[in-house]
Amino acid sequence: MLDRKTAPHIKDAVEYAISLKKPAQFKLDNGVEVYSVQAGTEEVVQIEWVFKAGNWYEKQKNVSSATNFLIKNGTAQKSAYEINEFVDFYGAYLNRTCYNETAVVSLHCLTRQLEKILPIVQEIFLEAVFPESELIIYKQNMKQRLAVNLQKCDFIAGRKIDELLFGIKHPYGVYSELTDYDVIEQDHVKQYYDQFYRNGHCTIFSAGILPNNYEALLNTFFGTLPLNQSVLEKQVHLVDPAVQKKWNVINDENGVQGAIRIARPFPTRHHPDFPKVQVLNALFGGFFGSRLMNNIREDKGYTYGIYSFLVNHVHAGAWMVSTEAGRDVCEATITEVYHEMEKLRNGAIDQEELLLVKNYLIGTLLGDLDGPFQIIGRWKNLILNGLDDSFFYNSVNTIKNISSEELKELAKKYLNPEEFYELTVV
Amino acid sequence: MVNFERFTLSNGLKLLVHPDRSTPMAVVNVLYDVGARDENPAQTGFAHLFEHLMFGGSVNIPDYDDPLQNAGGENNAYTTNDLTNYYCQLPAENIETALWLESDRMLSLAFGKKSLDVQKKVVCEEFKEHYINKPYGDVWHIMRELAYNEHPYKWMTIGKELSHVENAELQDVKNFFFKHYRPLNAILVVAGNVVVEDVKALAEKWFGDIPSGEKYNRNLPQEAAQLEERRITVHRKVPMDAIYKTWHMCGRRDDDYYATDLLADILGGGASSRLYQTLVKEQQLFVNVSCYHFGSFDSGLITIEGQLVKGVDMKTAEDAIEKELDKIKKEKIEERELQKVQNKTESVMAFEDMSVMNRAGSLAYYELLGDGELMNSEFKKYQDVTVEDLYRIANEILIPTNSNTLWYLSEN
Repeated sequence: MLDRKTAPHIKDAVEYAISLKKPAQFKLDNGVEVYSVQAGTEEVVQIEWVFKAGNWYEKQKNVSSATNFLIKNGTAQKSAYEINEFVDFYGAYLNRTCYNETAVVSLHCLTRQLEKILPIVQEIFLEAVFPESELIIYKQNMKQRLAVNLQKCDFIAGRKIDELLFGIKHPYGVYSELTDYDVIEQDHVKQYYDQFYRNGHCTIFSAGILPNNYEALLNTFFGTLPLNQSVLEKQVHLVDPAVQKKWNVINDENGVQGAIRIARPFPTRHHPDFPKVQVLNALFGGFFGSRLMNNIREDKGYTYGIYSFLVNHVHAGAWMVSTEAGRDVCEATITEVYHEMEKLRNGAIDQEELLLVKNYLIGTLLGDLDGPFQIIGRWKNLILNGLDDSFFYNSVNTIKNISSEELKELAKKYLNPEEFYELTVV
Repeated sequence: MVNFERFTLSNGLKLLVHPDRSTPMAVVNVLYDVGARDENPAQTGFAHLFEHLMFGGSVNIPDYDDPLQNAGGENNAYTTNDLTNYYCQLPAENIETALWLESDRMLSLAFGKKSLDVQKKVVCEEFKEHYINKPYGDVWHIMRELAYNEHPYKWMTIGKELSHVENAELQDVKNFFFKHYRPLNAILVVAGNVVVEDVKALAEKWFGDIPSGEKYNRNLPQEAAQLEERRITVHRKVPMDAIYKTWHMCGRRDDDYYATDLLADILGGGASSRLYQTLVKEQQLFVNVSCYHFGSFDSGLITIEGQLVKGVDMKTAEDAIEKELDKIKKEKIEERELQKVQNKTESVMAFEDMSVMNRAGSLAYYELLGDGELMNSEFKKYQDVTVEDLYRIANEILIPTNSNTLWYLSEN
């Protein structure tokens, strides 16, 4: 008779040796660094051009994101439509994303099509023209999209908590009003492009099954561009956190849910507590088996989901709890969040629970490193934060070795309700 | 090329094994042939509620998540109108843990009252979060009711109304389970760093003695051909007007599916599509416009959705859409445009197949469609589509009598 009550024997994930494959590294003729991971089972490639062109460098709101968005909407040779049609014809994806420090242009395509697509990427880095007509459409569409988002409690909560943590003038705390889009002019965008893309600072990250002539190809198209020639002027922004800790916002009188954010400032990856707190965070609210999820969703049914996470900016961070809960149970939810903090500060973390969290973290890390895009993603994060793989191995060792006593000490140090901002938006 | 072997256990459970030695992980994917279309019209939302209950403990194991997480695994599940899929990934050495967990919940759930009570609340919060408390959240609720009179696609997977979920009783849950969650109605896929013979032995060990159950014979009311144009206008507190137009299209197993899929892509799949270029860029009537469908197993809906630029008249916007449709019905498209969407499809398929988790899910999906091997051969069907096929299908489908139009107007 099969014994279904006893779990099969497992290899504890903490026994796994985890390694992060090193990327190949080379420099283009103009000094642009290229990192690449040659791996995978499908004949596909991903290339990311990471420019130091995020909103950290802008003098006027939204200019960095407008430049990033419109960079592929027309060059001296081709209209936006022609570029899109060309990229689509080869089954490629040319995307762009603007972050705080960086702005990225990314390409995904079948390996055999790469050579066809690269010339057009070069063209947008050299000759983007930002047609006035495209800018007008962009401004109008962004305004309307913002108008829709302004009706969502989770959107309002997301930007308000950043403002409280970092200040409305800081790149991490700033957000857009409808009127901000009206004042963006073509010249602002062109100038930003010229300084931060065309003559900007770029690093390339690539992965997948790369063609044999990959290095030569990149050098041909990107090694001759005027990139990385100047020294980037250092920008300093000081965080300016709010004084008032508790906030209640009514955005929609008829709202049936409230968006809750509970957050405190927290150091960056460079702080020695960071890897340890990642483990404490997992236990607290970092995954489906966390205490917050078990209590507030699985026991009380107040929400569809609740998570906590470390906000990983380059220059400053935060530790945040985020959820949407029924309007009538928002207060009860907040009480339970503080209750879970209290339990971590003063209660016991038993060995079984800690081993589960460790196994979960290592097991999912093993899965997260599975595939070339995942590996290069890790490296990109390390490199852009000025770290190397010793940070990664230190994190792995911390997960494997941290004790419940250390976690309790960290909870006492960081999980004090009076240090948290508390925001509810209905 | 995805290699796999197929077996059928003595209780009728289908097993597909796809070994991939390049990954340290293994994936266990269990697909049940039941979706929201199989629900009683008075108890909608049940298939999805049920998906939640599948994590509330099984007959021999009080908690599903803990042992899996302890083995370094993670999991999730989703419910559609057609099917319910559960999947987990964990280090390959611990694969038996996943098979133990999945087999026990196929054997029987714990059917705890507390789990039912809590998950009813959780699903109600999910309902509010996605469908009530979000601008445009009720669009598909309205559109499904407009487009379908008979077929159970007339309700969403989350359910027709909150009360259906709130009123669910334990006995309903049991009945649903023993009707649908049986080996005969399931497909088990194991993929990743595994050896076929080992998986076969483990599957026999854990799943072999589960009673096979009765084969569920789906006998759904089919939708009669729509013969008259249908329209509805609603007013809501949203900042901008939007339009949704749908036309009935063939089901997922139909030969015309591939041409219809490509037709949607040509019309409204991304920045180089016809509708986007003409209506967003050239005429600036819309903030965004797209054309898509859900790949429904039974006859589905091809959809054009657009958000209007503020101040644009709805009639003007709709006429502009119709003009594009006239064009595609009158003039055959160029070979290059067909080639473009075929190339896009090839690329999408290659990127989808990158992760072992996706490959496992796709194998189960294609096996349910009829044959896991379709995963390798399906692109050929897209390549075989001709401009004549597109012309014919546009003229068959995109006609007013087959259409449903929703004007979703801002109250302001």
